Amino acid sequence: MTSAITENPGAAKPPSGPQHKGHHPWWIYFTFCTDHKVIGIQYLVTTFIFYLIGGALATAVRAELATPASDLVSRELYNQLFTVHATVMIFLWIVPAGTGAFANFLLPLQLGARDMAFPKLNAVAFWMVPPAGLMLIGSFLIEAPGSGWTSYPPLSLTNNQTGELIWILSVLLLGTSSILGAVNFGTTIIKMRMPGLKFNQMPLFCWSMLAASALVLISTPVLAGALILLSFDLIVGTNFFNPAGGGEPVVYQHMFWFYSHPAVYIMILPVFGMISEILPVHARKPIFGYLAIAYSSLTISFLGLIVWAHHMFTSGTPSWLRMFFMVATMIIAVPTGIKVFSWVATLWGGKISLNSAMLFAMGFLSMFVIGGLSGVMVASVPFDIHVHDTYFIVAHLHYVLFGGSVFGLYAGIYHWFPKMTGRMMNETWGRLHFVLTLVGFNLCFMPMHWLGLQGMPRRVAEYDPQFATVNLVCSIGSFLLAISTLPFLYNAIHAWIAGPKASGNPWNALGLEWQTTSPPPIENWEGDPPLIEDSYAYGSKPGKKSVTALKGSDLWKTPV
Amino acid sequence: MQGSTVDTSESQVLVTAESQAHGHDDHEEHPDFRIFGMILFLIAEGMIFLGLFAAYLTFRSVNAIPADQIPERELLLPGINTILLVASSFLIHPAEDAIKENDVKAVRKWFGLAAVLGVIFIFGQGYEYSQLTFGLRDSLFASTFYILTGFHGLHVMLGLGAIFAVLWRSREPGHYSAESHFGIAAAELYWHFVDVVWIVLFLLLYLL
Amino acid sequence: MDIPVTILTLLAGIAITLVSLWFGLNNNLLPLAATNTAADVDTLFNVMLTISIGLFLLVQGLIVISAIKFRRQPGDESDGPPIHGNIPLEILWTAIPAVLVMGISVYSFDIYNQMGGLDPMNHGGHSMEPQAQVAMASGSFEGPMLLADGTVNPEYKKYAAGVGAAPGAAAPDVTVNVKGLQYAWLFNYPEGFISGELHVPVNKDVQLDMEGQDVLHAFWVPEFRLKQDVIPGKNTQLRFTPNKAGTYPIVCAELCGPYHGAMRSQVIVHDEADYDAWMQTQIAAANVEGKAIAMALPTSNGNLLDPIVQAMDMDIRAEELAQLQASGHEQMDHSLMDHGSMDHSLMNHDPAMALN
Repeated sequence: MTSAITENPGAAKPPSGPQHKGHHPWWIYFTFCTDHKVIGIQYLVTTFIFYLIGGALATAVRAELATPASDLVSRELYNQLFTVHATVMIFLWIVPAGTGAFANFLLPLQLGARDMAFPKLNAVAFWMVPPAGLMLIGSFLIEAPGSGWTSYPPLSLTNNQTGELIWILSVLLLGTSSILGAVNFGTTIIKMRMPGLKFNQMPLFCWSMLAASALVLISTPVLAGALILLSFDLIVGTNFFNPAGGGEPVVYQHMFWFYSHPAVYIMILPVFGMISEILPVHARKPIFGYLAIAYSSLTISFLGLIVWAHHMFTSGTPSWLRMFFMVATMIIAVPTGIKVFSWVATLWGGKISLNSAMLFAMGFLSMFVIGGLSGVMVASVPFDIHVHDTYFIVAHLHYVLFGGSVFGLYAGIYHWFPKMTGRMMNETWGRLHFVLTLVGFNLCFMPMHWLGLQGMPRRVAEYDPQFATVNLVCSIGSFLLAISTLPFLYNAIHAWIAGPKASGNPWNALGLEWQTTSPPPIENWEGDPPLIEDSYAYGSKPGKKSVTALKGSDLWKTPV
Repeated sequence: MQGSTVDTSESQVLVTAESQAHGHDDHEEHPDFRIFGMILFLIAEGMIFLGLFAAYLTFRSVNAIPADQIPERELLLPGINTILLVASSFLIHPAEDAIKENDVKAVRKWFGLAAVLGVIFIFGQGYEYSQLTFGLRDSLFASTFYILTGFHGLHVMLGLGAIFAVLWRSREPGHYSAESHFGIAAAELYWHFVDVVWIVLFLLLYLL
Repeated sequence: MDIPVTILTLLAGIAITLVSLWFGLNNNLLPLAATNTAADVDTLFNVMLTISIGLFLLVQGLIVISAIKFRRQPGDESDGPPIHGNIPLEILWTAIPAVLVMGISVYSFDIYNQMGGLDPMNHGGHSMEPQAQVAMASGSFEGPMLLADGTVNPEYKKYAAGVGAAPGAAAPDVTVNVKGLQYAWLFNYPEGFISGELHVPVNKDVQLDMEGQDVLHAFWVPEFRLKQDVIPGKNTQLRFTPNKAGTYPIVCAELCGPYHGAMRSQVIVHDEADYDAWMQTQIAAANVEGKAIAMALPTSNGNLLDPIVQAMDMDIRAEELAQLQASGHEQMDHSLMDHGSMDHSLMNHDPAMALN
């Protein structure tokens, strides 16, 4: 099947001449380019900009909540702020950054392919993201959606209808983009592995993307179905979800969560994969339990499809369903636990380089464990009845999605930045970024557990004054979190322009993506990519470096 | 600037299977995975329908559509439509065998027949709509009925578009060959998909 | 000093266990538990918290120790040991979480059953026979799921689950119909009056039959550890036995519009005697002047009151409505004085005040 790929590309003389093997000019990033590396970076930069916008919205939300009364913005605007904040963070940052940015950049490089299976489709999928995002952000100029990112009817049918329509269109566009991306990833992973690379030799990031793509293909369309029905209710006046006309709002919740719970795994699985790549490199040890990690991704993907109604324990869901979904949800802790313990075991006894990538990976592990444990708690129906729709849930979801996904994405950026740009990031700024993020994050979200347990519901513009002090602490934490992006931004921009040049393999890593120049040439390898049967074979010869290249362990000490 | 952009992207496009279809043998290529990608995409499409079917069944079984609100449906016309669509699926199938023998004429014949039945189906559906006693907003059942049949009808039209595209392109000799006939295979696969969805839809919406 | 690793590990294990147990038992993270089953939920929480703290300390400890002990020394370019896995260890850390979550599941199931969570499914199969009038008013479903002709009973379809009677419980002592609307709670007592606050007697079995008016709301009393969505066109149910007299907040926990945060009320758990006295005043007031209903209602301008009037399904004439609006603030002050225990700050978040 892949005989063509093994041909020596030196023999292939493409029509466009020398440019074919060289590097892209800078302006290519603003065009409809089909190179997966360009698309990956396009995704990363675009989604990071949306992350900053979503962060600004979050800061506004926390500023309002610094005092108990609704005094900073109007209540309507407050609801719009948190609605767009959540939608931006989920659909325009974590999902497209994890799957779009890193999967696009890494999959062909790790699989030994010249590009994705469908490069044009890939570019089409990316170019759906900016208009969808601009449309959503721009809705503030007309009327922003204000019914929460869950958009539960009947509220979403009566509240901010124009904004709701914009929200639906935007999410439909992003969902389509996500599906087209998943078609590409699935085909690339299954069909375009280089000759001789078996499934069980793939880097773990490929495994986790396989699992995530399957989830996208199966669950995202159901959200599309729900949104089609919702838009008919909005525009035409049908009554699918409107009880006033005999409809059934709970059916929307089922369809919504059938996507939106798996979406959590769509957001975290790519990060799981990235962590599995990063830890062995900087701990100089093989990944512990490769097969267990690989198959647990698939298990999580499967189980993720049958737990959606745990978001609906107080929605009037029948008791036997609540019990089923409770047990199914609890079981997810098992494959997730396997991963966490395997990562810890990978660290144990290694030669750990505490650079920014590793610090963020360790931060991911620590924070994700907290989110996972509170996840097991809220899976328990009697306890969830108390904390559902409270700040306990807000804390839990941010520990999973920020402490998990965003920490992991930062780790990925620090780790692969040299490969993407050919430049090294500064480690001092990176560590400052890590410390600020870790402190700000915990200051912001840890007290929210207490708020929720004590009786503060989520999505409120005003709250009982007894919660004032703790909310102020949360708000200060969120401002610190906002500030923490500044050293990162400075570091990334400065390094991209004027950072020290990176070698092809600055970390002395064994992964295939490191066995080419930084950044890689247009078709990824000058000659044939080497076949790497075990990309985690660190320490196979005791006392010797696995790859004799640069002094990878010393690179973080390089002055800017 | 724009011009050179196009150049670059074209050089990348050559990596795709499309280049193989058009015979640029001077460039390394990977085999044609488009049918595989198409199958993945159809899984996603099928999930939209599954979601809508599940919503409909929920509306009917545990929730809000009381039995007396479900109007009697004429079975004769949709029954004939079902037979037409299933028949067209059988008619389009020999086309792929034919193209493996490089017999473009037979492909055109089979695709043409399937297209005729597909067009009759669409008109039949339109006629049925005009005869129905209920409108889109009359009841939950009516809304679901129109959404499901309408969404499926949209897919039939897309499938017909694909069939006509194949018919149009096949006028050029050599466009499709035994080795390269993604368009034919894809249109046929899509048509089968539309057919299967209709059978489920017919069972749920008319017979249940 | 050379302490063997096994001893250190053992000591660390004991320390983690003690710390988690201590924190799990003394966390004080939850508010007062004011019903019979709330304490059970707290115990469940404490058990889960203990396990979680233990696991967190274990994982976090290993990460921190790794970061310190296995930190790469400057100039060391060697690799760590080539360990690819350890099957017994992997089986162990698959089996232990599996056993733990199964245990928590079974425990949760038991607590849920104690709370009455499984009850709404068994409606009709119970021996309890509430008075016909109450059953009519409550909307909780007692009939067969299927009618004689095999079709689904349309009444059944209107019924959604909640938290019902504990196993073996008799008919509820008090039944109140609850209506959630933007942005207030209305409590309709079978004795024939409507209140804006929930008053219940202590140590009595209380059943709330709830329905939404406009959009989704959720009825939440943190001190009762109970929450249930209130859905338009459907009945949901909550059942509880408060065991501590006092005043507790009622919070709307499902986003219901811009004033969602202001949709609060309170539940007042009375002693038996106080409750009877309150009930007598309410009945008397309702008999003397129909307007007394408005006493405990959130005051309001006309826009806000309209749906409330609709919800009450009452025939209030226009002039009466105007009168209500005019005297709104005065009446609010009265109701404040009536319930001296009411937290004044809570009232500041009354929707009506917010609107003003």
